[in-house]
Amino acid sequence: MSLLRGRITWVWLGLMAATCVTTWGLSKDLFSPAVAVIGIFTIAAVKVSYVMLDFMELRSAPIPVRVAFQAWPVVVAAMILGFWFATPSIT
Amino acid sequence: MSTLSRTGTVSTDRAKPRRLPGVDGVWVAIGADSVIFAILFGSFMQARLHNPAVFEASRHTLNMNLGGIDTLILLTSSWSVALGIQALKRDLVDRAPRYLLGGVLTGLMFMVSKSIEYFEKFTAGIAPATNDFYMWYFTLTGIHLLHVVFGTSLLGYLWIRSRRRAYSSVQRVVPECVASYWHLVDLLWIVLFPLLYLMKAA
Repeated sequence: MSLLRGRITWVWLGLMAATCVTTWGLSKDLFSPAVAVIGIFTIAAVKVSYVMLDFMELRSAPIPVRVAFQAWPVVVAAMILGFWFATPSIT
Repeated sequence: MSTLSRTGTVSTDRAKPRRLPGVDGVWVAIGADSVIFAILFGSFMQARLHNPAVFEASRHTLNMNLGGIDTLILLTSSWSVALGIQALKRDLVDRAPRYLLGGVLTGLMFMVSKSIEYFEKFTAGIAPATNDFYMWYFTLTGIHLLHVVFGTSLLGYLWIRSRRRAYSSVQRVVPECVASYWHLVDLLWIVLFPLLYLMKAA
């Protein structure tokens, strides 16, 4: 049973909880679109980061490789948010 | 082996060497695929920039609940496969197949879920040619689905081989390569889902 009690199980539970927060929480109309979108993509970037570090085992990878892969969620989230703020409002 | 530093503290060189799971070539492929998807995400956002009203109206027709459940399925799949690798590392070769089977079954669940979603769209008269949003929706989810089909097939192969005790702590390069690819499939969906289903218009 020790396998199931390891770090990756806690990471998985955290990722599942974060998914529920974004899907059935932040996407609702309780928040302004800007707050919702920033929150959703920040959480997505953090989730990707944990998948890389703990599932893909990049935590123990050579540092340059780890840095290169860890840059991906940051760059992607920043790019998406940059485009989002550059897009004209529909209201 | 240990050495005494000038401050009097003892340091050891027993620290595990840093390593990438599997072989380096798989990581080159994973990196290239990640860059391609990043470009596709940017292209989607650029298309949205020119027609935000159509993208917003079309987004509302997607089944957000099913998309959220898909994310939970893939996260569970990744976790199960990661447990399979941990089992191999500890030479728990009897337990690895059940975790790998978990990966296969959740992969199949994702395919069923996506089929239901596509069926809903086609029966509602929605196709890739309907508008720009749906063209992107079918293209991005379709390419991702091909990754899922390929990954699930590889996991099925691993499951069969692991039942024959083909893998262990010293023979785990192939399982590690497949697992790394499978986690890529998971993380791509983590971005794809909010991009298509959750991103509100300003």
